[in-house]
Amino acid sequence: MPRSQAIALALLVAFIAAAPFLLFPVYVMKVLCFALYACAFNLLLGYAGLLSFGHAAYFGMGSYLSAHAAKVWGFTPELAIVTGGLTATALGAAFGYLAIRRQGIYFAMITLALAQMVYFFCVQAPFTGGEDGIQAVPRGALLGVLDLTPDFTLYWVVAAVFLAGFLFLYRIVHSPFGQVLKAIRDNEPRAISLGYRSDDYKLLAFVLSAAIAGIAGGTKAIVFQIATLTDVNWPMSGEAVLMTLLGGIGTLFGPVVGALIIVTLQAELAQFGAWVTVIQGVIFVACVLAFRRGVVGELQQAIRRPL
Amino acid sequence: MGGDFVLETEGLTKEFRGFVAVKDVALSVRRGSVHAIIGPNGAGKTTCFNLLTKFLQPTRGVIRYEGRDITALKPAEVARLGVVRSFQISAVFPHLTVLENVRVALQRARGGSYDFWRSESLLSRYEDRARALLADVGLDRYENVPAGLLPYGRKRALEIATTLALEPKLMLLDEPTAGMTHEDVDRVVDLIRRVRAGRTILLVEHNLKVVAGLSDTITVLTRGQVLAEGDYAAISANPEVKTAYLGTEEG
Ligand SMILES: Nc1ncnc2c1ncn2[C@@H]1O[C@H](COP(=O)(O)OP(=O)(O)OP(=O)(O)O)[C@@H](O)[C@H]1O
Ligand SMILES: [Mg+2]
Repeated sequence: MPRSQAIALALLVAFIAAAPFLLFPVYVMKVLCFALYACAFNLLLGYAGLLSFGHAAYFGMGSYLSAHAAKVWGFTPELAIVTGGLTATALGAAFGYLAIRRQGIYFAMITLALAQMVYFFCVQAPFTGGEDGIQAVPRGALLGVLDLTPDFTLYWVVAAVFLAGFLFLYRIVHSPFGQVLKAIRDNEPRAISLGYRSDDYKLLAFVLSAAIAGIAGGTKAIVFQIATLTDVNWPMSGEAVLMTLLGGIGTLFGPVVGALIIVTLQAELAQFGAWVTVIQGVIFVACVLAFRRGVVGELQQAIRRPL
Repeated sequence: MGGDFVLETEGLTKEFRGFVAVKDVALSVRRGSVHAIIGPNGAGKTTCFNLLTKFLQPTRGVIRYEGRDITALKPAEVARLGVVRSFQISAVFPHLTVLENVRVALQRARGGSYDFWRSESLLSRYEDRARALLADVGLDRYENVPAGLLPYGRKRALEIATTLALEPKLMLLDEPTAGMTHEDVDRVVDLIRRVRAGRTILLVEHNLKVVAGLSDTITVLTRGQVLAEGDYAAISANPEVKTAYLGTEEG
């Protein structure tokens, strides 16, 4: 890891360690869940050059299945989250297979269409609880021993999930696989002419991204003890795009910063009711105009070091 | 295996919505030769390359490589057989460094690279070879520069180094010297002379000096069809070639 990124990572870890003493743990946990979700999305957009408009499907199904597993099947929280992650992985494999052959805007449209199918399925399926969602999900006890009901205890579990996911994504990007993925992003015909079966690489990236988005959704369900249609509806897909663009596409820390900004904005703006979306939109447009590379992207440009 | 000819086509044809870009081309590329395809702009040279490497599916015709019918293969599979192309419009990976560009080609020696859980540091074993290839094309001083920032001529040189990294048996170069300065052209010609040993090269080139200096066989293509074939002396003496070429030749 380059020094600039190592320093940024140390700062991030320090922030995560200090945050529950300074801020509401639930708020920070929300940031971490969405940060992981945005990082997963960034794997596709930033390192494979694939714009998915349907990541809500993986986040939402991760959320529903984790909630269902914890509440109905009585799974411990870590197993519930794994269940959500596996569900998203399977869904990502199926949808990725269908979408990956399309390029550019067609790829985005197919991912959106497939995600809308999942949304309508969730509206109809009895297990999701329709408009009510799955409520009163038990936080349970980690490995059956450590009671996660107190926010402060749960916080460290969520922090660990986030950091594990974040470092896993870093490893993917900086692996032999990640190297080929970046080559495909940069120039797909050239990568093919070198003998790389680009579709296979893109599909694997898609599945990995969906898996981590599912874990993020599952963790969110355990934190808020609820899974609802909001998790699986298209604005949730838009949020991943928003956070990533705002923070900086293809940067390691951009999606984290983007998630922090969006979650904070939503909390601060909650008093404005229906105007949240509008204000958020205006801020988004202003940011994109001011920082075309995203906050972290611009910072990276300024210090001439990767972040 | 495959006899004298590495690559053969029969009746190779490509139509784009009724427009015939390549028509009934029968090509035989002799093992170990440098075979040039020349012709005016729009003659179908690049389309031929796209067909041979399967980036385009032929409308009709057969392509045989080492005696094996490869007409139905996918482009990545053709590359895996050792048929590697360069592109007319310089094709590098702009956000990867110059060294990484070559390394990602050398990395093909591992087979697939689906191991997302391993560290990329294990790719460092390809770096000596990558540096040697870069030195060969005069890019050794640029190894940490993002490839997208290289000037045009150097991008082309990088593309050749990347192509060579795969040790192709059959190398297809689409206008390798286009847009290069005189020194760069000389360097590339020199390089092709050095690397042709043990492989076959199919070359599209507008610079007739390069063609004359390198090729054993020349195929002249006009309007998608083969007009003439032979060595440089025979081709340059051919009156039909002269008329086809006059007025359209560049430089
Ligand atoms: N994908 C395509 N769709 C439609 N027409 C095409 C396509 N690709 C090439 N053509 C047409 O086919 C003809 C041959 O093009 P090609 O690029 O093969 O020529 P070329 O011999 O490589 O020319 P140049 O010397 O300019 O590179 C041209 O008239 C071109 O417009
Ligand atoms: Mg051409």
